[in-house]
Amino acid sequence: MTVEIADLVIVGSGPTGMAAACEARSLGLSVLMLDEQAAVGGQIYRGIEVASLPRTNILGDDYAAGRELAANFRVSGATHLGGAVVWNLSSDGTVDYVINGKSRKVTGRFVLIATGAMERPFPIDGWTLPGVMGAGAAQILLKSAGAIPTGSVVLAGCGPLLYLLAWQYFRAGIEIRAFVDTTSPSAYLRATRHIGGALRGWRDLVKGLKLRTALRQSGAAWYTGCSNFSVQGNGRAEGLAFSHRGCAVRIPASLVLLHQGVVPNTQLSWSIGAAHRWSPEQLCWEPVTDAWGRIGEAVIYVAGDSRAIVGARASAIQGRLTALEIGKQLGVASDIERRLAVLQRELRQHLHIRSFLDVLYRPLDEFRIPGRDDVIVCRCEEVTAGQIREYVELGCLGPNQTKAFGRCGMGLCQGRFCGLTVTEIISSARGVGPADIGYYRVRPPIKPVLLSELME
Amino acid sequence: MTTNALFSIPESSGHDMVTIAFEGRNLTVPAGISVAAALLSNGVSDFRSSVVGQAPRAPYCMMGACFECLVEINEFPARQSCLISVQDGMRVRRQLGASAINIKDEL
Repeated sequence: MTVEIADLVIVGSGPTGMAAACEARSLGLSVLMLDEQAAVGGQIYRGIEVASLPRTNILGDDYAAGRELAANFRVSGATHLGGAVVWNLSSDGTVDYVINGKSRKVTGRFVLIATGAMERPFPIDGWTLPGVMGAGAAQILLKSAGAIPTGSVVLAGCGPLLYLLAWQYFRAGIEIRAFVDTTSPSAYLRATRHIGGALRGWRDLVKGLKLRTALRQSGAAWYTGCSNFSVQGNGRAEGLAFSHRGCAVRIPASLVLLHQGVVPNTQLSWSIGAAHRWSPEQLCWEPVTDAWGRIGEAVIYVAGDSRAIVGARASAIQGRLTALEIGKQLGVASDIERRLAVLQRELRQHLHIRSFLDVLYRPLDEFRIPGRDDVIVCRCEEVTAGQIREYVELGCLGPNQTKAFGRCGMGLCQGRFCGLTVTEIISSARGVGPADIGYYRVRPPIKPVLLSELME
Repeated sequence: MTTNALFSIPESSGHDMVTIAFEGRNLTVPAGISVAAALLSNGVSDFRSSVVGQAPRAPYCMMGACFECLVEINEFPARQSCLISVQDGMRVRRQLGASAINIKDEL
């Protein structure tokens, strides 16, 4: 098998990856970008190159901002491979990926993990029923296919993406049956302590307030401070039941869209054995890196939301910073310190709002750590919260052991949709912090590979 | 189970269209969309049955992470339909339970 070599191999074509590629190309580096999706954009700018004008108008200015980045990427001279599924990464920069039914290998002098974020698991009763999706998933359908809900739709949870989707649906003329908000009433008070940062990031704050005002005026039924969620239905979602101010409410719906923020997609960084830290603010794992995103002594960097949740614009700047730093390592960049300093100032502008958002939209314990024993946690192997707590009573100490107890985390998603929940359930049951409970040991192949794909 | 579609694609007029077959039923859909989007907008409300409990499942994440959208495509089992674009003449079936290892030989 011939092994290609590139100065920089980038995994993921969202804002981080595209911006890093543009910067690296401006330094004269050879760049190969691998991406699972057919076209560039990642999830935030999904479909950016083909979205019609009406669709772009519905999605809004922040989405449309991706066009310029995608256009710059296309003329940058970077090689883009769409439909390329990375299944292995080694610390020496070797990447194995499947494209067109064949496995290929490329070695990067440096590799940038730019795999972005995924929606945080929202384990509640009935969340495995057809008709229950992440709000981000529904937004991807809108961005990539112009697909909109046809029947009764309920949005439930909290976080900027949920409000944004509601606003986009409103603009598309879709009636939202109910908006079931889980933002804790006391979180508003706690968040005011971070108002200084939010005011420095006033543009983001104003945008958020405008969004909420528009939604309030849209006339959708709005329930705040809700709890005890249960998706009801026989074989498919038929409604969402919850408690609201001491009353039981049931909203009929064929589509229930759940969301409680996004977390870094850390599958690749775990798979190379990188150390990760538990973020008590964002309630997720983040790879341990130096200030530029480098993982230990490896030739591997991570930037954007796959390092820690920072949002699209900050991710793009981090991508550029990382590319400059790699250029410095390769000895090709001139006046690099000045360029790094400029970008770092710009980056700080986009991070002011973050602690305010983290506090305001911190997902409540009951939506991360199911109290009911019958709630499915591992969707693939159908392991419940109660079963995991039983494992702990039998002496199970951490996520890896749950595999031996009941195949938890051993299905095709390889723990992506149960890992955080399992760590926190065990943490809660044992009275030990998540940092000491740890996570699954993630091993390659991180995506399923067919034997025929490995054959020459 | 096929029911009223959860999603529709109102702006599909004027697009290039392709035809795929879902369990023998022809679906004409806009070129370039994912197989998952094509099925969701044509009344397919469950894509697979779960491996342990044989419960119906459908796409949850639409970005290649949850593996709930698995289907058989052109007799290849357990394909992530949210990551694969529709192609004219594609044959799609539900993924029932775990994938058979020798499925190609059986057909």
